[in-house]
Amino acid sequence: MTQLAASDIHISFGNKSVLRGVSASFTHGQVTAIIGPNGAGKSTLLSCLAGLRKPDQGRALLAEANVRDLAARRRAQRIGFMPQIPEIAWAVEVRTLVGLGRTPFLGARGLTQDDDAIVTEALKLTDTLVLQHRNVQTLSGGERARVLLARALAGQPEWLLADEPLTGLDPGHQIDAGALFRALAHAQNRGVIITLHDLPMALRIADRIVILADGKILADDVAAKALSPDVLRKAYGIETRFTQGHTGPLIEIVSRV
Amino acid sequence: MTAMPRPLLYTLLLGAIAVLSLFSLAVGKVWIPWSAWRTLGDDPSWIIILELRLPRTILGIMVGVALGISGAVLQGYTRNPLADPTVLGVSSMASFGAVLTLYLGVAGTMPWVLPVGAMAGAALGVVILLALAGATSSILTFILAGAILQIVATAGVSLALNLAPNPWAVNEIVNWMMGSLADRSVDDVRMAFPFIVAGCIMLGFTARALDALTLGETGALSLGVRLNVVRVLIAVGVAMAAGASVAVTGAIGFVGLVAPHLLRPLVGARPGALILPSGLAGAVIVLAADIVVRLMPSVAEVKLGVAMAALGGPFFLLLLVKMRRRVA
Repeated sequence: MTQLAASDIHISFGNKSVLRGVSASFTHGQVTAIIGPNGAGKSTLLSCLAGLRKPDQGRALLAEANVRDLAARRRAQRIGFMPQIPEIAWAVEVRTLVGLGRTPFLGARGLTQDDDAIVTEALKLTDTLVLQHRNVQTLSGGERARVLLARALAGQPEWLLADEPLTGLDPGHQIDAGALFRALAHAQNRGVIITLHDLPMALRIADRIVILADGKILADDVAAKALSPDVLRKAYGIETRFTQGHTGPLIEIVSRV
Repeated sequence: MTAMPRPLLYTLLLGAIAVLSLFSLAVGKVWIPWSAWRTLGDDPSWIIILELRLPRTILGIMVGVALGISGAVLQGYTRNPLADPTVLGVSSMASFGAVLTLYLGVAGTMPWVLPVGAMAGAALGVVILLALAGATSSILTFILAGAILQIVATAGVSLALNLAPNPWAVNEIVNWMMGSLADRSVDDVRMAFPFIVAGCIMLGFTARALDALTLGETGALSLGVRLNVVRVLIAVGVAMAAGASVAVTGAIGFVGLVAPHLLRPLVGARPGALILPSGLAGAVIVLAADIVVRLMPSVAEVKLGVAMAALGGPFFLLLLVKMRRRVA
């Protein structure tokens, strides 16, 4: 089974060290959520894993090989990435934008019929097929987030790394996106790693949760265990408790410590 | 928003180039009516057509294509609809390189010295621009970097004029700098052609990367685009295409700004799909402007570079006002 792994990654920006020796390995068939307070290094870790940033020390490994050593195109075919702050520079059509997800697969002739079919599928999965001829710059925030998710799905990556993909989605579409991530992992055996801030949502979506605080891993366990009141107190300075809801355990945030 | 079918777009652009080329051959101080075209041979009007207007027309097309493509690629890479070889100071740097060879008096020694100077200047300009603007590709940073380049290059040119050994040199420099297609020979065409073609081909290879850059640098990187390769292609490609153009015609501004802007809605705003149409539109603009310049009833011919600046300046201002909110 191929694995994506962080091996003792250190990174600092100037003299502020952001990641201080982070090691974790991820397997196919799971949704992993990376959570942690602002500035904990979640995004930095994710971009290292995607091979977009070179760690000062340590490596990100895909099936034992350093991701930075993979050919850019090959890497892009296997690892899909959704940045936290997306940029859409031009007023292109939604379908064109989603088609960009096929970039690592394009041959000399550009988008083939197969590519088109994959793009259509990605649009359907994210409930954006009706938007396909709209100008992306006229979309609402939530519509845009879904279109960008479709863009990532269009690459059919073996690993999907998404930095706060639920931000800007309404609760209904958050649940849809969460179900989509779970289906990708469980039904198609892909590896899904997302960062997010919403603890109840993390509990609902993720199989496994990695909690990052101050550049180090504070907890790494199955979802319900990782979010223990002790860990959350240390990570966020909040008091929490589990309650039993209709759908399973719920996490309730009681107070600020 | 709906893109025009590509075959139709290309047919229209090529048709416009063909019609304007015929006009360009026919129009000038001596109007050569269509009837005279049939009597080939010793007629002196053929000398005018072949030796004066043919090179002028071909050069107009070449320079227009080079500037249009350079503008489209620079806009695509910087994600900035205000980018263009002139606005970003690349043309000024090319002028500076060329003027330096004129000032040093080496331009006359070999025909390739001045163009090489211009291309070296342009290359230096693009490299400095990419370095100054660096990783932060905000619209404002690029425009400011371009402004700095302009100032430096203009200062260099002024210094060369200031220190010029004799009035002839000054005259030569000033005349050349105003930018014109007039009185260019087949040799000029031959000199610029390979560089413009090679530069444009290199720039054509950036199409996929420019499309991916719609998602920003991080987005493009994650799609497997090798941005360092793209930067080299752009630096060398723009240096050759825009540099060689400036070398033979002087600085003709704003073609690279206007052409992509007008065509963008017709190709669905895809930066990669905009490259070739912008080149063709650039040719249309330069040919049309050159014909207008020739028809102006003034004693001395108005230089094409001056006319383009007079048109392009207000256009740039309009664009700036329209997108004020995005820039700030």
